[in-house]
Amino acid sequence: MEKVIAGKTIAVNEEGYLTDFKQWDKSIADELAAEAEISLSPRHWEVLNYLQTEFKNEVPLSIRKIGKSGVVDIKEFYQLFPKAPLKTATKIAGIPKPASCI
Amino acid sequence: MTENKGEIKKMMIILSKGTLENVYAAFVLANGARMEGIEAEMFFTFFGLESIHKKKLTHLHVATVGNPAMHIPTLLGGLPGVEALATTMMKKEMEKIDMPDVAEFLDILSASGVRMWACKLAMDMFHYKKEDLYEGVEDVITVGDFYKQSAGEGTHMLFI
Repeated sequence: MEKVIAGKTIAVNEEGYLTDFKQWDKSIADELAAEAEISLSPRHWEVLNYLQTEFKNEVPLSIRKIGKSGVVDIKEFYQLFPKAPLKTATKIAGIPKPASCI
Repeated sequence: MTENKGEIKKMMIILSKGTLENVYAAFVLANGARMEGIEAEMFFTFFGLESIHKKKLTHLHVATVGNPAMHIPTLLGGLPGVEALATTMMKKEMEKIDMPDVAEFLDILSASGVRMWACKLAMDMFHYKKEDLYEGVEDVITVGDFYKQSAGEGTHMLFI
Protein backbone atom coordinates (compact mmCIF):
# COMPACT_ATOMS: atom_id res chain seq x y z
CA MET A 1 0.00 0.00 0.00
CA GLU A 2 0.97 3.60 -0.44
CA LYS A 3 0.02 6.67 1.52
CA VAL A 4 0.82 10.33 1.06
CA ILE A 5 2.47 11.57 4.25
CA ALA A 6 3.86 15.10 4.51
CA GLY A 7 3.52 15.47 0.75
CA LYS A 8 5.51 12.33 -0.05
CA THR A 9 4.28 8.97 -1.32
CA ILE A 10 5.32 6.42 1.29
CA ALA A 11 5.02 2.61 1.32
CA VAL A 12 2.99 1.44 4.32
CA ASN A 13 1.30 -1.77 5.43
CA GLU A 14 -2.45 -2.12 6.04
CA GLU A 15 -2.04 -0.76 9.58
CA GLY A 16 -0.17 2.30 8.39
CA TYR A 17 3.33 1.26 9.47
CA LEU A 18 6.15 2.24 7.12
CA THR A 19 7.50 -0.78 5.28
CA ASP A 20 10.75 0.91 4.25
CA PHE A 21 12.53 2.79 7.01
CA LYS A 22 14.70 4.57 4.41
CA GLN A 23 11.62 6.59 3.43
CA TRP A 24 11.21 7.93 6.98
CA ASP A 25 12.12 11.49 7.90
CA LYS A 26 11.19 13.96 10.63
CA SER A 27 8.34 15.56 8.70
CA ILE A 28 6.75 12.10 8.38
CA ALA A 29 7.13 11.58 12.12
CA ASP A 30 5.45 14.93 12.79
CA GLU A 31 2.51 14.10 10.55
CA LEU A 32 2.04 10.56 11.94
CA ALA A 33 2.23 12.01 15.46
CA ALA A 34 -0.43 14.58 14.56
CA GLU A 35 -2.66 11.72 13.36
CA ALA A 36 -2.27 10.21 16.84
CA GLU A 37 -2.98 13.64 18.38
CA ILE A 38 0.55 13.94 19.72
CA SER A 39 2.76 16.98 19.32
CA LEU A 40 6.38 15.84 19.43
CA SER A 41 8.53 17.38 22.18
CA PRO A 42 12.30 16.87 22.69
CA ARG A 43 11.36 14.09 25.17
CA HIS A 44 9.35 12.31 22.49
CA TRP A 45 12.34 12.54 20.17
CA GLU A 46 14.67 10.96 22.74
CA VAL A 47 12.32 7.98 22.93
CA LEU A 48 11.87 7.78 19.13
CA ASN A 49 15.63 7.88 18.61
CA TYR A 50 16.05 5.10 21.15
CA LEU A 51 13.42 2.95 19.40
CA GLN A 52 15.08 3.48 16.03
CA THR A 53 18.49 2.54 17.43
CA GLU A 54 17.06 -0.66 18.91
CA PHE A 55 15.41 -1.43 15.57
CA LYS A 56 18.68 -0.91 13.70
CA ASN A 57 20.41 -3.24 16.18
CA GLU A 58 17.59 -5.76 15.61
CA VAL A 59 16.62 -5.83 19.28
CA PRO A 60 12.98 -6.94 19.75
CA LEU A 61 11.01 -4.25 21.57
CA SER A 62 8.70 -4.76 24.54
CA ILE A 63 7.24 -2.63 27.32
CA ARG A 64 9.63 -4.35 29.74
CA LYS A 65 12.65 -3.37 27.59
CA ILE A 66 11.43 0.22 27.41
CA GLY A 67 11.22 0.29 31.21
CA LYS A 68 14.80 -0.92 31.48
CA SER A 69 16.12 1.32 28.70
CA GLY A 70 17.28 4.12 30.99
CA VAL A 71 15.78 6.51 28.40
CA VAL A 72 12.22 6.57 29.71
CA ASP A 73 10.28 4.71 32.39
CA ILE A 74 7.01 2.95 31.67
CA LYS A 75 4.85 5.57 33.34
CA GLU A 76 6.33 8.42 31.31
CA PHE A 77 6.18 6.29 28.16
CA TYR A 78 2.40 6.00 28.63
CA GLN A 79 2.19 9.75 29.28
CA LEU A 80 4.18 10.65 26.16
CA PHE A 81 2.28 8.25 23.90
CA PRO A 82 -1.14 7.79 25.51
CA LYS A 83 -3.38 4.86 24.59
CA ALA A 84 -1.19 2.23 22.94
CA PRO A 85 2.34 3.62 23.50
CA LEU A 86 4.50 0.95 21.90
CA LYS A 87 2.29 0.68 18.83
CA THR A 88 1.98 4.44 18.45
CA ALA A 89 5.63 5.24 19.08
CA THR A 90 6.94 2.61 16.66
CA LYS A 91 4.57 3.83 13.96
CA ILE A 92 5.80 7.41 14.38
CA ALA A 93 9.40 6.16 14.41
CA GLY A 94 8.82 4.49 11.05
CA ILE A 95 9.70 1.01 12.30
CA PRO A 96 7.60 -2.20 12.37
CA LYS A 97 4.99 -2.84 15.04
CA PRO A 98 6.59 -5.03 17.74
CA ALA A 99 5.19 -8.56 17.93
CA SER A 100 5.44 -8.61 21.72
CA CYS A 101 2.87 -9.61 24.34
CA ILE A 102 4.69 -7.93 27.21
CA MET B 1 -22.80 -2.59 21.33
CA THR B 2 -24.06 -1.10 18.10
CA GLU B 3 -22.76 2.38 18.95
CA ASN B 4 -19.18 1.33 19.64
CA LYS B 5 -19.11 -1.59 17.17
CA GLY B 6 -18.12 -4.04 19.90
CA GLU B 7 -14.86 -2.24 20.59
CA ILE B 8 -13.32 -3.24 23.93
CA LYS B 9 -12.77 -0.17 26.07
CA LYS B 10 -12.10 -1.69 29.48
CA MET B 11 -11.07 -5.12 30.77
CA MET B 12 -12.08 -6.08 34.30
CA ILE B 13 -9.95 -9.08 35.27
CA ILE B 14 -10.76 -11.10 38.36
CA LEU B 15 -7.91 -13.28 39.62
CA SER B 16 -9.00 -15.95 42.08
CA LYS B 17 -6.02 -18.31 41.82
CA GLY B 18 -2.49 -18.13 43.15
CA THR B 19 -0.73 -20.63 40.90
CA LEU B 20 1.96 -19.10 38.76
CA GLU B 21 0.39 -20.03 35.43
CA ASN B 22 -2.91 -18.37 36.35
CA VAL B 23 -1.25 -15.29 37.80
CA TYR B 24 0.79 -14.82 34.62
CA ALA B 25 -2.28 -15.31 32.46
CA ALA B 26 -4.06 -12.51 34.32
CA PHE B 27 -1.03 -10.22 34.29
CA VAL B 28 -0.33 -10.72 30.59
CA LEU B 29 -3.98 -10.01 29.75
CA ALA B 30 -4.05 -6.84 31.86
CA ASN B 31 -0.75 -5.58 30.48
CA GLY B 32 -1.75 -6.54 26.95
CA ALA B 33 -4.92 -4.50 27.31
CA ARG B 34 -2.97 -1.40 28.34
CA MET B 35 -0.54 -1.92 25.45
CA GLU B 36 -3.53 -1.76 23.09
CA GLY B 37 -4.88 1.38 24.69
CA ILE B 38 -7.61 -0.49 26.58
CA GLU B 39 -8.24 0.36 30.22
CA ALA B 40 -7.60 -2.49 32.67
CA GLU B 41 -8.56 -3.13 36.27
CA MET B 42 -7.84 -6.19 38.39
CA PHE B 43 -9.77 -7.61 41.31
CA PHE B 44 -7.79 -10.02 43.47
CA THR B 45 -9.84 -12.50 45.42
CA PHE B 46 -9.23 -15.76 47.32
CA PHE B 47 -5.88 -17.26 46.33
CA GLY B 48 -5.37 -14.52 43.77
CA LEU B 49 -4.48 -12.36 46.80
CA GLU B 50 -1.22 -14.32 47.08
CA SER B 51 0.04 -12.56 43.98
CA ILE B 52 -0.25 -9.14 45.64
CA HIS B 53 0.72 -10.19 49.18
CA LYS B 54 4.20 -8.71 49.69
CA LYS B 55 5.56 -11.73 51.56
CA LYS B 56 4.00 -14.34 49.30
CA LEU B 57 4.20 -12.98 45.79
CA THR B 58 7.81 -14.09 45.32
CA HIS B 59 7.00 -17.66 46.33
CA LEU B 60 4.25 -18.61 43.89
CA HIS B 61 4.42 -22.06 42.31
CA VAL B 62 3.08 -23.82 39.26
CA ALA B 63 0.65 -26.63 40.01
CA THR B 64 2.15 -30.07 39.44
CA VAL B 65 -0.76 -31.98 40.97
CA GLY B 66 -4.16 -31.94 39.31
CA ASN B 67 -2.64 -30.40 36.20
CA PRO B 68 -2.68 -33.02 33.42
CA ALA B 69 -1.03 -30.65 30.94
CA MET B 70 2.17 -30.73 33.01
CA HIS B 71 2.58 -34.41 32.04
CA ILE B 72 3.85 -35.27 35.49
CA PRO B 73 2.05 -38.26 37.06
CA THR B 74 -0.05 -37.03 39.99
CA LEU B 75 1.82 -39.30 42.41
CA LEU B 76 5.19 -37.86 41.39
CA GLY B 77 3.85 -34.32 41.29
CA GLY B 78 3.03 -34.59 44.97
CA LEU B 79 6.53 -35.63 46.06
CA PRO B 80 8.48 -33.07 48.09
CA GLY B 81 10.45 -30.69 45.90
CA VAL B 82 8.79 -31.57 42.58
CA GLU B 83 6.61 -28.47 42.57
CA ALA B 84 9.60 -26.28 43.43
CA LEU B 85 11.69 -27.91 40.70
CA ALA B 86 8.97 -27.46 38.08
CA THR B 87 8.58 -23.85 39.18
CA THR B 88 12.32 -23.17 38.89
CA MET B 89 12.36 -24.68 35.41
CA MET B 90 9.37 -22.65 34.31
CA LYS B 91 10.86 -19.42 35.70
CA LYS B 92 14.05 -20.05 33.72
CA GLU B 93 12.06 -20.50 30.52
CA MET B 94 10.08 -17.34 31.26
CA GLU B 95 13.21 -15.27 31.73
CA LYS B 96 14.42 -16.52 28.34
CA ILE B 97 11.36 -15.09 26.63
CA ASP B 98 11.70 -11.77 28.47
CA MET B 99 8.92 -12.49 30.95
CA PRO B 100 9.33 -10.49 34.18
CA ASP B 101 8.98 -12.11 37.63
CA VAL B 102 5.82 -11.42 39.64
CA ALA B 103 7.23 -8.45 41.59
CA GLU B 104 8.57 -6.73 38.46
CA PHE B 105 5.37 -7.52 36.58
CA LEU B 106 3.32 -5.79 39.28
CA ASP B 107 5.52 -2.70 38.88
CA ILE B 108 4.99 -2.80 35.11
CA LEU B 109 1.21 -3.10 35.54
CA SER B 110 1.12 -0.29 38.06
CA ALA B 111 3.25 2.02 35.87
CA SER B 112 1.06 1.16 32.89
CA GLY B 113 -2.03 2.42 34.70
CA VAL B 114 -3.67 -0.89 35.62
CA ARG B 115 -5.91 -0.24 38.64
CA MET B 116 -5.74 -2.95 41.28
CA TRP B 117 -8.28 -3.83 43.93
CA ALA B 118 -8.35 -6.44 46.69
CA CYS B 119 -11.51 -8.32 47.63
CA LYS B 120 -12.76 -7.41 51.11
CA LEU B 121 -14.36 -10.78 51.79
CA ALA B 122 -11.20 -12.73 50.95
CA MET B 123 -9.01 -10.25 52.86
CA ASP B 124 -11.15 -10.83 55.97
CA MET B 125 -11.08 -14.57 55.47
CA PHE B 126 -7.28 -14.76 55.22
CA HIS B 127 -6.81 -12.08 57.93
CA TYR B 128 -4.76 -9.91 55.57
CA LYS B 129 -4.39 -6.17 56.05
CA LYS B 130 -4.03 -3.48 53.39
CA GLU B 131 -0.41 -2.97 54.59
CA ASP B 132 0.38 -6.59 53.67
CA LEU B 133 -0.36 -5.83 50.04
CA TYR B 134 1.69 -4.47 47.17
CA GLU B 135 1.67 -0.64 47.19
CA GLY B 136 0.02 -0.40 43.78
CA VAL B 137 -3.20 -1.90 45.14
CA GLU B 138 -5.55 1.06 45.50
CA ASP B 139 -8.04 -0.22 47.99
CA VAL B 140 -9.88 -3.14 49.55
CA ILE B 141 -13.37 -3.18 48.04
CA THR B 142 -16.53 -5.28 47.90
CA VAL B 143 -17.83 -7.10 44.87
CA GLY B 144 -20.49 -4.42 44.57
CA ASP B 145 -17.82 -1.72 44.39
CA PHE B 146 -16.08 -3.71 41.69
CA TYR B 147 -19.26 -3.87 39.62
CA LYS B 148 -19.61 -0.10 39.96
CA GLN B 149 -16.04 0.28 38.72
CA SER B 150 -17.02 -1.78 35.70
CA ALA B 151 -19.73 0.58 34.49
CA GLY B 152 -19.50 1.89 30.97
CA GLU B 153 -19.79 0.91 27.36
CA GLY B 154 -17.32 -1.64 26.00
CA THR B 155 -16.41 -3.16 29.37
CA HIS B 156 -15.55 -6.85 29.40
CA MET B 157 -15.13 -9.00 32.49
CA LEU B 158 -12.90 -12.00 32.86
CA PHE B 159 -12.68 -14.52 35.69
CA ILE B 160 -9.45 -16.44 36.18
